[in-house]
Amino acid sequence: MINRKLVIIGGGSAGMAAAIKAYELGERDILIIEKNAYLGGILNQCIHNGFGLHEFKEELTGPEFMTRFSKKVDELGISYALESNVLSISDDKVVTYSNAKDGLVEVKAEAIILTTGCYERNAGAIQIPGDRPSGIYTAGQAQLFANCYGYLVGKRVFILGSGDIGLIMARRMTLEGAKVLGVAELMPYSAGLNRNIVQCLKDYDIPLYLSHTVKKVIGESHLEKVVIAKVDEKMNFIEGTEQIFNCDCLLLSVGLLPNVDLFNKLPLSMSKTRGAKVNQAMETEIPGIFSAGNVLHVHDLVDYVVEEAREAAVGAISYLNGELKHEGHVYDVNPGVGINYVVPQKVFLDDVKDNLSFKFRVAKPMKDINILITEGNNIIKKIFKPAIVPSEMEIVHVSKDLFKRESNEIKVYVEEKK
Amino acid sequence: MKELICITCPRGCHLRVDDNLNVTGNFCPRGEAYAKAELTHPVRMVTSTVAIASISESRLPVKTKEPVPKEFIFPVMEEIRKTVVKAPIKIGDVVIENVCNSGVDVIATKDIEK
Ligand SMILES: Cc1cc2nc3c(=O)[nH]c(=O)nc-3n(C[C@H](O)[C@H](O)[C@H](O)COP(=O)(O)OP(=O)(O)OC[C@H]3O[C@@H](n4cnc5c(N)ncnc54)[C@H](O)[C@@H]3O)c2cc1C
Ligand code: SF4
Repeated sequence: MINRKLVIIGGGSAGMAAAIKAYELGERDILIIEKNAYLGGILNQCIHNGFGLHEFKEELTGPEFMTRFSKKVDELGISYALESNVLSISDDKVVTYSNAKDGLVEVKAEAIILTTGCYERNAGAIQIPGDRPSGIYTAGQAQLFANCYGYLVGKRVFILGSGDIGLIMARRMTLEGAKVLGVAELMPYSAGLNRNIVQCLKDYDIPLYLSHTVKKVIGESHLEKVVIAKVDEKMNFIEGTEQIFNCDCLLLSVGLLPNVDLFNKLPLSMSKTRGAKVNQAMETEIPGIFSAGNVLHVHDLVDYVVEEAREAAVGAISYLNGELKHEGHVYDVNPGVGINYVVPQKVFLDDVKDNLSFKFRVAKPMKDINILITEGNNIIKKIFKPAIVPSEMEIVHVSKDLFKRESNEIKVYVEEKK
Repeated sequence: MKELICITCPRGCHLRVDDNLNVTGNFCPRGEAYAKAELTHPVRMVTSTVAIASISESRLPVKTKEPVPKEFIFPVMEEIRKTVVKAPIKIGDVVIENVCNSGVDVIATKDIEK
């Protein structure tokens, strides 16, 4: 068995950012374990621009963004194992991975950061009625085929779900000569960013059908038609609103889920994000095991993934230095009215250095609202927002000094103006 | 009268612009600036891939170095589709010079060593 101070599982943007931060904080005994043959994760296939506006003050493509980080990893001489699939983590922090060269390898870690990203909900997960022909892909699969292998999965395309990857692929496939017939979204508002609605759909006159979903998939061996229909507030189909599209390809962009497989066998509870519950240091309920990036909660901006990974690295180094005491005043952090989830779910106030950050998503689009952060009956922070949407994660930074230690619950909620 | 959605912030105001470029529907001044720029000089980045002769990859991702006027998007894609390059190639290498006489180069966005 090999011994390592810090093992980082998953070499995407979160894994690389965490490793670099840990190095900068003085740690040299770091190992990144990555399943693919390269560092960078999902960004390798995201060839569009729009990455790094906060981090580098310029708009990079995914490959450019990941290369800046992988170059830094190489410059610093941080070690990594590629084409190495992590199979398990034990509760005493033994990480087992396998690769073609070394076979099974066990690494005993003192601290672990899990940065394994997310996966896409697929056809099985949403149970569309009708046939099961070929020609149905997730938007991310279509993206991988198009951008890494130069292969278009269809010529006449319909897209279910208005998640950002679906919108990006609507543009991508149009540019490559496919006809994108439309995008259907179950909710009355888009799941993707406005910017993508405008630049990926409106620019190419691709219709967006809100409050619509696929009612039936038709095709014997290959997809031939999809039938969509409008739904009412209770999500029941409205008779007579059916529309038929002749298409050879249906792309699904119906949500992403944290890839927490490696956590499933550990005694950890999960939060509303579908990632592990964490405290202010991005530390799970097992001391010394941390989590960041899309495996913790699905992010829309890589800049925030990187920021969160750095918080996890700071946490891991504090843990290795014996500075995370898990003592003193503790808070549970709960989402209140209008909020879907908040990260972190627990705060050990005495382990906080100076600032705390709360990341959350709202439950529906709202205008002219206040976001309130409270501790018991005390309002700690109140922020006016002219507009807020579920597709954009919010971050609020709060100074540690504002907490009065009078209650054990922190709540984040929305106050709508009457 | 033209209608467009402001993408400057998540509020996503629905803007209306008349023939004299008077903007209404904007909650803040940034919406007016956005609408004027978008209607007088709309530009976009084009990102895509070109074929590459390499032992490790079959596609090289590329982008226009600067945004190009919207009407250049499809002509630029035509040129991109015809292009084949050879490894090694580095981020920033020019793949197509002055594409479609737009004054903008198409450049590589990934290092491919061999
Ligand atoms: C398709 C798509 C488009 C996006 N578009 C944008 C955009 O335009 N702008 C923007 O700012 N953000 C965008 N994002 C968001 C953001 O860029 C990503 O969420 C971010 O890069 C995720 O980083 P990550 O490190 O958490 O996950 P990933 O990049 O997914 O990295 C996870 C890594 O873990 C590895 N791994 C998983 N399991 C194992 C295992 N068992 N053993 C070893 N390794 C493992 C994977 O191979 C992968 O390399 C997009 C996200 C997606 C999915
Ligand atoms: S007009 Fe102002 S408030 Fe409205 S979307 Fe644009 S930037 Fe936001």
